[in-house]
Amino acid sequence: MAIIETKDLTKTYRMGHATIYALNRVTLSFEKGEFAGLIGPSGSGKTTFLNMVGLLDRPTDGHVSVMGRDTGELSSKEAALFRRLHIGFIFQTFNLFPHYTAFENVEFPLLLLKFDARTRKRMVMEALEMVGLADRTKSRPSELSGGECQRVAIARAIVKRPDIVLADEPTANLDAENSYNILEIMVRINRELKTTFIFATHDEKVIKYLKRKITLNDGKVVDDVVVQ
Amino acid sequence: MIVFLLKGIVRDRARSLLPFVTVILGVSITVFFYSYMQGALTETIDYSARFSTGHLKITTRGYEKEEALRPLDLAILNVSQMLSDLSAEYPNVIWDPRIQFGGIIDIPDSLGNTKAQGPISGIAADILPSGSGRRILNLENGIVRGRAPLHPDEILITERLADRLKVSIGDTATLVTTDMWGGIEFKNFIIVGTVNFGVDALDRQTLIADLSGVQGLLGLDDGATEIMGFFKDFVYRDDIARKIAQDFNKKHAGKDELSPYMRALSQQPGMEDYLSYVESWLWIFVALFIFVMSIVLWNAGLLGTLRRYYEIGVRLAMGEDKVHIYMTLIGESFLIGFWGSIIGTAIGIAISYYVQMHGINIGAFMKNSTMLLPYIVRARVTPGSFCIGFVPGLMAPLIGTALSGLAVFKRQTSNLIREFAE
Repeated sequence: MAIIETKDLTKTYRMGHATIYALNRVTLSFEKGEFAGLIGPSGSGKTTFLNMVGLLDRPTDGHVSVMGRDTGELSSKEAALFRRLHIGFIFQTFNLFPHYTAFENVEFPLLLLKFDARTRKRMVMEALEMVGLADRTKSRPSELSGGECQRVAIARAIVKRPDIVLADEPTANLDAENSYNILEIMVRINRELKTTFIFATHDEKVIKYLKRKITLNDGKVVDDVVVQ
Repeated sequence: MIVFLLKGIVRDRARSLLPFVTVILGVSITVFFYSYMQGALTETIDYSARFSTGHLKITTRGYEKEEALRPLDLAILNVSQMLSDLSAEYPNVIWDPRIQFGGIIDIPDSLGNTKAQGPISGIAADILPSGSGRRILNLENGIVRGRAPLHPDEILITERLADRLKVSIGDTATLVTTDMWGGIEFKNFIIVGTVNFGVDALDRQTLIADLSGVQGLLGLDDGATEIMGFFKDFVYRDDIARKIAQDFNKKHAGKDELSPYMRALSQQPGMEDYLSYVESWLWIFVALFIFVMSIVLWNAGLLGTLRRYYEIGVRLAMGEDKVHIYMTLIGESFLIGFWGSIIGTAIGIAISYYVQMHGINIGAFMKNSTMLLPYIVRARVTPGSFCIGFVPGLMAPLIGTALSGLAVFKRQTSNLIREFAE
């Protein structure tokens, strides 16, 4: 069974008298454990698609189903709970809490899920080990490099073992070496934890790693290629 | 989660220290301002009471109607008996007989010719060592040179009057005045000291004499123009004073002009209006000040939430409920407001206590004042001083955060990823 399914997913915005189609009848499905990416130029609808799948926005038309739940049926509170349990986010600008250590940043999603302290510690350490930062638990974001910050952000996204990780341009602020490191980590997590990764990117380095490349243009799927 | 939030408050100085310091400053200023205004009001009442009105004042009905003229022929007689009756009937009140009189003092040279001369306002009270007036007029503390009188023929004059007349301690002064029948009277006194009351209206030309030293001169043996009553703790309570006055007047219901008549401080000419006027302005000033402080603290709360825009966005994206975020913001604001108010109140009280002990000299503003207002106004710490700071300290940041926090509910989660990329 598909972990994510969209059917005729449409999102429009009003701009004066004109209607802009951010997504135009997009029908896609993702299986558990996919390492897929939405590629295309700016304004093609990549981020809007992540918003819909991440339950941050509602479609104008069509349906989104995530893990068998029709997201249109969820209230704002239920959507928040769903994100808390099943979805991890990785942002372009890391968005770590600047006054907390790497450990505490990664711990935050577990606090929302009310895990006890011992379990939290174990899970945080596992996540930090996965991204190779087990020795930087007490460092604050200002003491970490950009690549290390993004690795903490990955640890924060995967610490609760989400079913889906949505990554919006995760390498846009990183140099080539750090980008490859990050991508290797995500590939390993995808392989070991079977976490579904969906990227929105136009970075060639990321695109090379994708096992499925979905090209969007003007809100429509123009290509969908599975890499063997 | 609470520990996590507390760590953030402690580490993020802009989130904690800045609003905390703002609350502390705002609250301490509010507490001090309130206490100082309370002190100013209390001291004004206190000075008026000690020198002019008493907490209670008995005169004859005739004297009460023409008090400004100080008509000695309408003074109270048989004062000793009346004092004895009053003390038995109102044991919690100190009764202090006074004679207010006017005249001239003449300072003779060694040949007996006038060296200097000037008008005086005289207060005769029981100021010998065992007398109540000595304490009520605060003579010991007011002495600038010399000492307080030990005998009925010794007087004090104000330091400013002594300077003007160029008299020294031990000089003889001749008091020229009129007695109760309108006759001119002369009596020599020895100036044993000078005083400074710290009140411009008194310090210009006051002469303080012992009651027994003046009674005979004025033809008022066992008489006084007024008997003042003071609550033993020297705290004026209007409701009790009015009740005592009402009871007394019921018992002494005679309508002739020599019948005694008691008034509470607030029932004396101008005092009721003055008290309500001062009290109204006190509260207007305090309310205005609290309002201004509230706006400042409210803004601090508002800015505190707005500068955490991205943090709140990340928390929303991670699935934290909007209501939960809002409640944590309110909780943090309450915590900062509560502790800030406690520390601010402690600082405000400490400053107020200092000013209660030492006062602030406002003499420059009091020149030529005819009101009994002291040069040095002291703060007064009252139970209200402990509470008043919590109004701006707690409420304003809470309201500021509550309003700015509403933005959490208006935040479009659909824009989060776009916002984070900016």
